[in-house]
Amino acid sequence: MSALLDVTDLRVTLRTARGPADALRDVSFSMQRGDTVGLIGESGCGKSITALALMGLLPEAARVSGSIRFDGQELTALDEDALCRLRGSRIGMVFQEPMTALNPLHTIGRQIAEPLRLHRGLGAAAARAEALRLLQRVQLPQAGKRLDAYPHQMSGGQRQRVVIAIALACGPDLLIADEPTTALDVTIQREVLELIGELVAEDGMGLLLISHDLGVMAESVQRMLVMYGGMVVESGPTAEVFGRLAHPYTRGLFAARPQLGMPRGTRLATIPGRVPELADLPAGCPFAERCGHAVDDCRRALPAALPVGAQHLARCIRLEAVAASPA
Amino acid sequence: MNPPLLQVEGLVKHYRLPRERLLASPPTVRALEGVSFELGAGRSLGVVGESGSGKSTLARLVMALEPPTAGSVRLDGLALHALPPAALRAARDRMQMVFQDPYGSLDPRRTVLHTVAEPLRVLHGAGPAEQRERAAEVLQAVGLGVQALAKYPHEFSGGQRQRIAIARALITRPKLIVADEPVSALDVSVQAQVLNLMQDLQQRFGLAFLFVSHDLAVVDLVSDEVIVLYQGRIVERGAPDALFRQAAHPYTRALLRAVPRLQPGAPRGRVPAPAPPIEAATAGEGCAFLPRCRLAHERCARERPLLRLLTAPGRTAHAAACHAAEEVAAMPQNA
Repeated sequence: MSALLDVTDLRVTLRTARGPADALRDVSFSMQRGDTVGLIGESGCGKSITALALMGLLPEAARVSGSIRFDGQELTALDEDALCRLRGSRIGMVFQEPMTALNPLHTIGRQIAEPLRLHRGLGAAAARAEALRLLQRVQLPQAGKRLDAYPHQMSGGQRQRVVIAIALACGPDLLIADEPTTALDVTIQREVLELIGELVAEDGMGLLLISHDLGVMAESVQRMLVMYGGMVVESGPTAEVFGRLAHPYTRGLFAARPQLGMPRGTRLATIPGRVPELADLPAGCPFAERCGHAVDDCRRALPAALPVGAQHLARCIRLEAVAASPA
Repeated sequence: MNPPLLQVEGLVKHYRLPRERLLASPPTVRALEGVSFELGAGRSLGVVGESGSGKSTLARLVMALEPPTAGSVRLDGLALHALPPAALRAARDRMQMVFQDPYGSLDPRRTVLHTVAEPLRVLHGAGPAEQRERAAEVLQAVGLGVQALAKYPHEFSGGQRQRIAIARALITRPKLIVADEPVSALDVSVQAQVLNLMQDLQQRFGLAFLFVSHDLAVVDLVSDEVIVLYQGRIVERGAPDALFRQAAHPYTRALLRAVPRLQPGAPRGRVPAPAPPIEAATAGEGCAFLPRCRLAHERCARERPLLRLLTAPGRTAHAAACHAAEEVAAMPQNA
């Protein structure tokens, strides 16, 4: 059986005011139906660009090379019409800010019915009935009454449930969720993550979850990819990545996060410097400028992805030095 | 004995919404329903709660950016909301604010010098030389060089912008800084830098922080005392140790349970009940948390629990507004 999603050597070059910039370099991963995969990194690391590339939603001026195969079909070769038929039907997407993802002028029912009518050709009555079923499925309280409500009449968590209902409307094979809970309170975040987890398991979809939060990753996905400077710097089963923290950047992210129970006034470990601008990415390892383990060789060439455990890879030539240092 | 730096007493804030129908009386949002606390010089008070709990309203009232419906805010013994305008202006150099979004809180068309020195210019009428000198001083204190003075906000990253916002807050040599979600918009690695900086500055200048955040781990790290707000009321207060390890209010427990842990595959408590829609808090009789509470009994519907002490009185005594506070506090930490 071919993989549900197979991304090989994906490279995306954007045109910026400061010249061409590689937003993604050599990104490769694959997932099967039922797999849950997380992309984690800070702003500008390329995680959202990866999602946009998968959906065929990159800016016009972006150059894409490498391959994205979805269920055996090469997406980078498809025209806009063919992509439109995939998006919203076989690939569902949930965005960060549910208020901007929904149209404030249309009722909830109409917005859920739209993909059903477009992709599945349902009539108005059938689409409305199906929309109600979807709202019940995402556990929206009083779903029947909510069909005729407008987005502004709902809370953030409720709106995100509606966005999830729209993403699921056509029974997609792959759900891409880009920071789906970042705009929500922790208690609501927990509910929405649990809902996504349950729905994905019930339908056997693939889930690609994008987040900047290690805690969200730890609880929600089987495998994770850590991105930095447009590259996947570490990837593997979630438990392996957390257990080993092989790449110095992953280690830095972990150490910088305050955790409950730290004594008052604890100094957090910081990663010096800042996330590099895409146009300024060095030739070598993108993290070398901020890395305490960097040597001259790090700045010469992009490190290759090396195995550090079962299906666990890290792009670093100083793995031993990193492993020997305290986490 | 001197009064504490900040004394907040019985603070109430109701907002009137526009009428929904012509003849109906306009609905009211009860953002704060009687909040009292004290904050000593050089200390940090963390304020946590969900959106709609009243945290940002509290910050705005403490800064005297809007008048309360009832209650008082005293800074150094001065009742801010009762001061005549000129005296309030004079008091403003003792308190400054840092906002969440360093992109929205700095004027993109003004140089860093203009922005950072603005409080001095406005409150003291400082001349150009003094503005420049003091701005350079505070920029140095937040880890940015003098060369930043002539630049514009777009030339800086999010973390550097937040340093500029902190520099602007420091320039009047305030005693109190009200920080509303100051690190929420920052990347994790940058967030750590700014948190360390804020703690260094607190020690160096003896600042008091009123630190509003939805992130319990951040509040745990920076606070001497924490208050938990729910629908405009303090439901629990105490030192972070007691509060986070022996939480005595079911709401605090629900918040703690919801925090994602860093152990993959670790068992986690399920959310007991879906949250009610965010709407105007009702002024009903019972406990406001009742609809979401797993431990509710019949008394909770009849009688609103008052905030009561669970330990001996003291500066950071543990208190909770729950009829069953002792039982809740005795539950295992992760329950």
